[in-house]
Amino acid sequence: MLDTLVQTLLHALVLALVPPLLPGIVNKTKAVFAGRTGPPVLQLYYDLAKLAEKGIVLSRTTTWVFWAGPLAGVVTALLAGLLVPLGTHRAPISFPGDFVLFAYLLALGRFFTAAAALDTGSAFEGMGAAREVSFSPLAEPALFFGFLAAARVSGSLSLSGLLTGAWTSGWFASGGALLLVLAAWFVVLLAETCRIPFDDPNTHLELTMIHEVMVLDHGGPLLGLVLYGSSVKLFVLGALVVRLALPVPSGGPLPAWLLFGAGMAALAIGIGVVESVMARLRLVRVPQLLVTACLLSALGTVLVMR
Amino acid sequence: MSGPRLATLRNGSALPLAAVPDLPFEDLRDAVVRETAEGNRLVSFFASVPEPASPASSRAGGEVELLAVVADDEEGTLGVGRARLEGERFPSLTPACPQAHWFEREIAEQAGVVPAGHPWLKPIRFHSSWREGHDAWGRPALAHPVPGVTDFYRVEGEEVHEVAVGPVHAGVIEPGHFRFQCHGEEVFHLEISLGYQHRDVERALAGGPHKGTVPIVETIAGDTTVAHAWAYAEVVEALAGVAVPARAGAVRGVALELERLANHVGDLGALANDVGFLPTASFCGRIRGDFLNMTALLCGSRFGRGLIRPGGVGFALEPERAGRLAERLVAGRRDALEAIGLLWETASVTARFEGTGVVSPKDAEEIGLVGPAARACGIGRDVRHDHPHGIYRYVHLPVVTASTGDVAARAAVRAAEVERSADFVAEQLAALPETPARVPVGPLAADSLAVALVEGWRGEVCHVALTDGDGRFRRYKVTDPSFHNWFGLALALRGEEISNFPLCNKSFNLSYCGHDL
Repeated sequence: MLDTLVQTLLHALVLALVPPLLPGIVNKTKAVFAGRTGPPVLQLYYDLAKLAEKGIVLSRTTTWVFWAGPLAGVVTALLAGLLVPLGTHRAPISFPGDFVLFAYLLALGRFFTAAAALDTGSAFEGMGAAREVSFSPLAEPALFFGFLAAARVSGSLSLSGLLTGAWTSGWFASGGALLLVLAAWFVVLLAETCRIPFDDPNTHLELTMIHEVMVLDHGGPLLGLVLYGSSVKLFVLGALVVRLALPVPSGGPLPAWLLFGAGMAALAIGIGVVESVMARLRLVRVPQLLVTACLLSALGTVLVMR
Repeated sequence: MSGPRLATLRNGSALPLAAVPDLPFEDLRDAVVRETAEGNRLVSFFASVPEPASPASSRAGGEVELLAVVADDEEGTLGVGRARLEGERFPSLTPACPQAHWFEREIAEQAGVVPAGHPWLKPIRFHSSWREGHDAWGRPALAHPVPGVTDFYRVEGEEVHEVAVGPVHAGVIEPGHFRFQCHGEEVFHLEISLGYQHRDVERALAGGPHKGTVPIVETIAGDTTVAHAWAYAEVVEALAGVAVPARAGAVRGVALELERLANHVGDLGALANDVGFLPTASFCGRIRGDFLNMTALLCGSRFGRGLIRPGGVGFALEPERAGRLAERLVAGRRDALEAIGLLWETASVTARFEGTGVVSPKDAEEIGLVGPAARACGIGRDVRHDHPHGIYRYVHLPVVTASTGDVAARAAVRAAEVERSADFVAEQLAALPETPARVPVGPLAADSLAVALVEGWRGEVCHVALTDGDGRFRRYKVTDPSFHNWFGLALALRGEEISNFPLCNKSFNLSYCGHDL
């Protein structure tokens, strides 16, 4: 009982505090590839501290929706994070079918971000919202087909059981299928967290942005929430991929947490490498890549359904 | 050939104004329309307004004089003609000669006369007319027009939406306003409204040469300092009848090509950055600095300020310095070509470049594109080749062209020019002529006209000077290549995805302040 409590507490702490580290690792990797020193790994923490001290400028045309957007982004991402198992234990919240809640928590966050963007009445932000909501429905099937395959392999309907069980019973029996799912989920991760090749988180070009353009009018603490929320989202989706890819080692919580941490760091470096070696897709090609991810995921499902 | 003739001269030479035919406006119009229809280019077309000797005479108006310079790229000659306007209106050339489009809007704004029948008559820089009390749009005399406040072209319809970008941008760049008429992600039309950088350069130059002339010329467009300074020096030298020593000619060539190298390399890196391709973006950013530092080695300024002066160059490039420059050039050339090569090796980059922002050769011809943007459409247009002057009379640089007219073509042209320019500079450094670097310049010829064209990295820089009876500039006309090419960018966006605008924009990389003057 006490152990569960400690693990739950640890889960919550890690979920709340570690995410801003990931963009730091991604950016450091990109800097190394480019031959630059790059910003410190902890830069996002500094940025958040700085933004928290600033004031907020609100446009007269905006309503409560404008500030509810970033808030909802953070809350939904954190709640989704409570559904994903990180260490040895089950996730703090776990029940059969919780993966549906997981997917739609993220969708709810997106809905509020898009609504906050539309609330400004700016052409840019409307454009970004339109792009975001037209691409995300294409990412959703890729996620769900993956859940189906993993559920089938592990015989569990909760995220905790499904991700843990996928490894113990699945990788040997249906490794090919899970590999397809893993590839599809990595693409979904890149798309949902607005990384290259879908979106360029570093660009200053309003017209090319997808996610960034929706939050152009947010400043100060609200921008801090947006940045924090997207790092939590990256962490949560990353955890999903890492937990599917890596086993839970025996020998207690410590090796499990260490392996998980190493997996997350490797994932962040992987994202950095992808961003360093390829260019962004033309915007009209984005759906094609997402549909490819869906097909990979669906094929994985078909393979395990035989 | 029939009809009225224009006076002919070569690039970098002067002519007494008496030798320039003073035509009735209809004849000037016919001559320009005929010449451009034959494939020649309108390189400059401007109004000269009488100087207000006293407030009374300015209110009275006086005659506005129009002057046109047409280039025959095959013969390497320039044709000049002028006409005095009677009244406040003249029949517009633009319907018959689209190249005059921007020039006529400029004339209307500066001289307060109306090109009747101009299809798109709006201000381009938003300043009040140079002739007090005469305004092409009937605006009040003292109110300063606000840039960007005008009637924009609008597409109406349920699913059409308008996107306005600028003048304040998300990056640290120059101000300009862009109005897109979009259908979803597709751009139906882009209208570009500039003028935010207007400093009234041309009127500041009138009455010169004076102490401020060279610094003003060098800052017309900061990234084209060498080309503008060279054009100015050439105008003055032509009017003073001075021959530039050979060493100065070679150093000018070196400086101009170094400017081209720095900007081409920097822009190719910026293109990579716009598609999110990091390696080339960061390498080129550094290598651009290397080339700028080579210019600094030459004259102490990374942008070449203080280098070119009428009569020669201010810094002689002594052998020890030339040797160091040659060494650095070898390294810069190698690094640049390597970094640029990555672009063509990466499929995701070429996929973004190819077929994006296409300008057809026909459109390019009609609107009179210049520089790499024209060469990317298969038009072999290059002042260094067509109207050779200075060092380019003795050393020929091959003209680089591409055929597809898209971002990939513009990038390819510039990449190839990096190689050619680096080779040119290396060649010059190995054999610098042993002459003085500068000779004194005497007074300028009175009542004369001089034209100088220089191929800057963006394209043709054109300076035209008219002198008065004392040998002072009565009118000094500057045409930056951006002036010709901004409309090309608007055409490149037709039917393009709006998200590709930054990429197209960067592939032209036009100057705002060079346009706004």
